[in-house]
This record gives sequence, C-alpha cells and structure tokens, in this order.
Amino acid sequence: MSLKGRDIVAITDLDLNEIEIILKEAEKMVPAARGEVKNDSLSGKILASLFFEASTRTRLSFETAMHRLGGDVITIAGQEGSSLIKGETLADTIRMAEGYSDIIAIRHPKEGAARLSATFSRIPVINGGDGAGQHPTQTLLDLFTIQQNHGDISKLHVTIGGDLKYGRTTHSLSLALGRMGARMTFVAPKRIQMVDHILDDLKRMDASFDMAYDIKETIEDTDVLYMTRIQKERFPDVEEYMKVAGGFRITAEMLEPAKKKMTVMHPLPRVDEIHFSVDDTPHAKYFQQAFNGVPVRMALLNLLLEG
Amino acid sequence: MKDVKITPLRNGTVIDHIKPGMALKILPLLNIDQDYSTGLSIAMYAQSEKHQLKDIVKIEDKELHHKEVNRLAVITPNATISIIRDFKVVDKFKIELPKVIEGIVRCENINCITNGKEPVISKLVRAQEDPVKFKCYYCGRIQNDLEKRII
Repeated sequence: MSLKGRDIVAITDLDLNEIEIILKEAEKMVPAARGEVKNDSLSGKILASLFFEASTRTRLSFETAMHRLGGDVITIAGQEGSSLIKGETLADTIRMAEGYSDIIAIRHPKEGAARLSATFSRIPVINGGDGAGQHPTQTLLDLFTIQQNHGDISKLHVTIGGDLKYGRTTHSLSLALGRMGARMTFVAPKRIQMVDHILDDLKRMDASFDMAYDIKETIEDTDVLYMTRIQKERFPDVEEYMKVAGGFRITAEMLEPAKKKMTVMHPLPRVDEIHFSVDDTPHAKYFQQAFNGVPVRMALLNLLLEG
Repeated sequence: MKDVKITPLRNGTVIDHIKPGMALKILPLLNIDQDYSTGLSIAMYAQSEKHQLKDIVKIEDKELHHKEVNRLAVITPNATISIIRDFKVVDKFKIELPKVIEGIVRCENINCITNGKEPVISKLVRAQEDPVKFKCYYCGRIQNDLEKRII
C-alpha cells in the first residue's frame, strides 16, 4: 500500500493500517530527525509551508522535517505576508503555490480550509490545523509518543483533560484512540466538555469512554494523562476562569497516586495547566512529544512524496 | 355544481405527500414566485387515504428536473412526484434524500471556509442513517435543520 500523492486533511482520512505505516516510518526517521545521520531522500523537492495563522511547533517542525530530508522550504507565515490580506482567495493562493512546490502544509483560521486546498491542488496537501477543525499531524505525533512509551494503544486508559470543546487536538486524538480501542475519560468543566458531534462519532464506532469533572477521580487508573490549555477568552469573566483553571492545574504532588509508567502529555504551549514541578518527574513526556513532531512529519513528507 | 377542490392536471407535475404545512416553503425552491404565470394549485392539510395530513402541489406545464427534486428532499423527504402528460401519469417516483447535497444548503458552521468568498459550492455528504444526518464535506461539521439554510 502506498500513500504517495495522498492528501492528509483529517485523521479519519487514514485507516488503522496506514496510521501504523506512518508510525513505523517515523520510528525509522528518529536518528535523522536528531541530526545523527544524514538523509537526502527529498533532495530537490520543495515544501510550501503556508501558515495563515500563528504557529510555533507545527510550522517549525514541518520545516525542520523537510530540511532534515534534504529538501527545501518556501514559507508564508501569517496573513500579513500573503496576498490573502489583499483579498485573494485561498483557492487562488493554492493554485499559485502548487506551481512553486511539490507538497503543501497549510494552517488556516477557517474550518474546511485544508479540504478546500486539497480540492484545488494537484500536489499533496497536509493539514497543519484548520480553525477549530482538524489537526491530523498532531494526532499522529501524539499516537507515536504514546506508542513509544506504552506499546499497544488498545490496552490503554487515556484521560483527556482541559478545553475539550474548542481544542481541536483533543477531537482528532479521541477519534483515533476510539478506533484503536483505547478507553478514554474526558475531564473538563461542563462549559468546555467534549462536543456532541465527537461524542456521536465515538458512539457510532462503539468506542469506550466516560466523563469526569475532576482529574483526581481518574488519576490512579490512567496510563496517559493528556492535558490541554484552558483559554481565558472562553469564560464570561476572569473570576470564573480562575476558579475553573485552578482545578485543572497538574502538580508533581497530584501525580503521586499515579501508576509508575503513567505519562503526562500536552500539545503545548502550556500556560498554567502543568506546573514546572512536573517537568522533573519521569511522567513528563511533553517535550519528547514536541520533538516527535519532526520524525512524524518527516515520515509523512517522505511517504506522500516518495511512497 | 360538482364539488372539485383541485381540477385535474392536463400537463405538469403533482407533488403529493408533502409534509403538512410545508407546501408554501417548497415553492421558492421550484423558482415559483408572484411572477409565476402558469397554473398552480395547492392543497394544505388534506386527508390522505391513510387519514394522515399532507400537502399537495400541482404545477401546470412544468416537469421537475432531478436537481429540483433533490432540493425538495431537504424539506420533505417522503413526497412523491407524478409527471402528467395529457391527463395521464407517465412517471411516478418517491423523492429521497440524496447521498450528496451540492449547492443547495449552506454549511451551518459560520467559520467554515465555504461560507466565505471562495469559489466553491456547498457540499454536504451523508454521514449517518436512521436518523439521516449530513456533514459538511469541507469542515466536517454535522448539520442540523437543513431546511433553515437553503441557498
């Protein structure tokens, strides 16, 4: 089976077998991602890195991935640097970019932007996040990190906490974990609990999940604690935000009852959700997770361009 | 005098078994407005043979095309269409919700790229059966109340 020429817009575009192929390829890419060995497999190829919305990790790791494979990168970072601000349609921007490059990675504030780009582009398009929609490469690197630390994902209990309503990473991740057979607990204040359309999708796939309102309820029984940032602007006033956010702050002390091998993950950037005291515990895997963006995106670039 | 509520149709289309109360809503979908000069009959809250309420629309000298039928399915999925020529039914079929609805219903997600100025028509694909649900092909959002967002 070849992924050559494919678009990756949503994690659901990939079947479990294809996800496995990407994760295996990512494992092979780790030494080159660290710069320990040289890999020139994409020499002469160009990545158009079109980021119409702020990004640190996703854009940098896409661009690093292309450089580590010997390829070149052209970049738009922010709408200010592009003709979108002059009123150009995304469709036209994409048709222009496909003439300049071999593969496109795009982030855009509107949901559906990546699918639209894929419709207009004859070269592969990878979604680097579209509004509150999909972020499939984040999910792939999350799965890769979980697999590196725990092996078989189907046997795990994953607690997903924080902003589950607006956090796109948690939507894609839970759909993937559900398909892979992992058990999930969603922990969030009512206002920002997991959205109905994702819960409906999970029910349709017969996924195993439940809900909780306090991380302490689930910490002892969890293999992976996946935290996300709670955004201040989602709350009517600062006081309510402070009250809610306080209950979603992980400290090293809170992790004492956890399993020895329990891992704490976070797509970053973190604000207050994970106290610095957690960084020095063996549970902290969020920097390993951030690094994994490089080998996973190297794997994707290589598979979509070379097969 | 003979009691005839709606006269028989010589040529045209009969739309029967329309959801009660929806007859007037389907007219704009068929491009029928105050300028429409050909004959049109509407019965609302009529009793069906099974003693259920329904609306009926008879349109003279107009045979419905496939796309127009799809438009109706969004509002009244179980209606039947009869094409009449010279007082005879030459074709009769039940309209059904299609697998894909293109260019008919706007995506409910206001932040969806299709609700901007991009050169695309809306595209909803069937995501679930029983009850039937559609999702936006572009943003993936499951759609509710389709009839409220007819383009």
